[in-house]
Amino acid sequence: MGEKLLEVENLRTYFHTFGGVVKAVDGISFHLDKGEILGIVGESGSGKSVSCFSLLKLVEEPGVVEAHKISFQGRDLTKATEKEMTKVRGKDIAMVFQDPMTSLNPLYTVGKQIEEMLILHESGMNKEQRRERCIELLKAVGIPEPEQRLKDYPHQFSGGMRQRVVIAIALAANPKLIIADEPTTALDVTIQAQILKLMKQLVRERNASLILITHDLAVVSEMVDRIVVMYCGKIVEQGPVEEIIHNPGHPYTEGLLASIPRLRKEQERLDFIPGMVPNMYDLPKGCLFAPRCKYCQEECKNTMPDMVEIGKDHKAACHFIQNLRQSKDGRKEG
Amino acid sequence: MFKYIVKRLAQTIVVLFVVAMVVFILTNYIGDPAAALLTEEATYETIQEVREQLGLNDPLPVQFVNFIKDAVRGDFGNSYVYKQPVLQLIGERMPATLELVGITALMTLIIAIPLGVFAGAFPKSRISKLIMTGSILGISLPTFWIGMMLIYIFSVKYGVLPASGRGRTVAALGMQLSIFAPGGWRYLVMPAITLSLAYIATILRLTRTGIRENMKQDYIKFARAKGVPAGSVLFRHALKNALIPVVTVFGINIGKMFAFTTITETIFAWPGMGKLLIDAIYRSDRPIIVAYLMITSVMFVGINFIVDIIYTIIDPRIELR
Repeated sequence: MGEKLLEVENLRTYFHTFGGVVKAVDGISFHLDKGEILGIVGESGSGKSVSCFSLLKLVEEPGVVEAHKISFQGRDLTKATEKEMTKVRGKDIAMVFQDPMTSLNPLYTVGKQIEEMLILHESGMNKEQRRERCIELLKAVGIPEPEQRLKDYPHQFSGGMRQRVVIAIALAANPKLIIADEPTTALDVTIQAQILKLMKQLVRERNASLILITHDLAVVSEMVDRIVVMYCGKIVEQGPVEEIIHNPGHPYTEGLLASIPRLRKEQERLDFIPGMVPNMYDLPKGCLFAPRCKYCQEECKNTMPDMVEIGKDHKAACHFIQNLRQSKDGRKEG
Repeated sequence: MFKYIVKRLAQTIVVLFVVAMVVFILTNYIGDPAAALLTEEATYETIQEVREQLGLNDPLPVQFVNFIKDAVRGDFGNSYVYKQPVLQLIGERMPATLELVGITALMTLIIAIPLGVFAGAFPKSRISKLIMTGSILGISLPTFWIGMMLIYIFSVKYGVLPASGRGRTVAALGMQLSIFAPGGWRYLVMPAITLSLAYIATILRLTRTGIRENMKQDYIKFARAKGVPAGSVLFRHALKNALIPVVTVFGINIGKMFAFTTITETIFAWPGMGKLLIDAIYRSDRPIIVAYLMITSVMFVGINFIVDIIYTIIDPRIELR
């Protein structure tokens, strides 16, 4: 295991609305090593995006972020002021957003928007150096004729190209961590693979770390070193990618894996997880996944399971992990 | 760009032609200028004589063609009442109106946009709520009532500001203006406030809505994630986007200021074009009415042209066509 870059302990983000308190993120803990790529997986509304916005303290009212510890390079971000946070954002931790069509300001040229990052975080650079760096960045993300394209506005780029620009902006100040919030969801399938490959390559080259938020386990399995699975604001399972894919501990992870279409396997219909994500205003008392779980027992309905270690660096929150595993092994043998 | 300007000019000529025609037809029905010029005891013969002099006995189409012929040469005729060239009359009054509208427009921008940005950025603050309540008053109170109340308070009760006229004027920027004359601003304060309140309220509310809408956009969140400080996010990123609709409405509003200045000018006896128009309508002084409306049309078209240019400067996605 490498050096720890980020350590999050008991992060809670609650939204105090008229209808009650929504616990969008409820007591999650995870960590990230230097140079590691972490995937956060979950359905819409599972709190994956909110937890990352919480790290940067970018949660808007009525959201309130609390954490026992958010340690980044040994520094506790929970105690950082808003002014200090503006130096962390972009410089130490940069973000790539979901929809490249809306994440760039339509009224400024692409060059200006990359340069803004350099003006904010690389105060030693002069105008000429900044220009050169912008060109270099556009080249790195694979945009042809970067000198000319600097003067273009976002609407003159296609979706995939814009996402490349967004990635260039994120890389501009050489951040140690990049958080990519579903970076390929809004793109064509053909472009998705290109963008992901590019991100992986750039992150590895710069020895940076990456948190990849996605609802697509298939994407994650090819990209990341470790996976965190979230459900209704809680982490239900985390561990190395191989472990999670081939030996899932939680029934929810198992369900997600089963619902990925497979080319080589003859399948009449896709597997799916029955039921719906529970209402966030009215969560079940016991295990949050109990109403949809095919292994659900009486105990699951009443008590919330704790995280238990089920393998090397592999944890899951389920009362019946051992039973689940045994039954699966039994099936394999039989 | 060149094509665009030519197109705009052609449109302007059509607009002017239509305006002149409509005014000709309508003024034909608002009363007989000859009767308005003469006393009540005037005989039928005298009236006919005056009508003959003014060329009013010709059929309307003939009068119109004659007018257009002269107008093309830059001659808009003489006022029936003042017996002076219309353009000269309007030219004398125009600086007063330009001054009032100019000051009002400036005041609107300087007051409305900062207040709108504040109310949009901090919607929950008490001050924002005060601003918004005030803006509702600004929209709903009628101009003439505001003008009268101002006169009552500041001129009648406390006697600190003059109730009418524009005082002494000095030559500046090629016209006679009172703002640069010593104490001249005292004449301008109340008319400008009266005229501007409704526009301040409109522009303020529009700016606020724009800011609130834009602050929710992804690119604002992305800017914050880049580490842009809150102030820059607001002014560099959100405001510029929020200003696009404001520019349109402000352009239209400058046109409206010219139109509604007639009311304000009447209340404060401000010797501008608006007052000239009202007097001309009372006396059926057609040459003034026609020329006034044509000049305002040219202004409208001109303002819209400038708005279009500003558009392309602010928003690169818009092209002049």
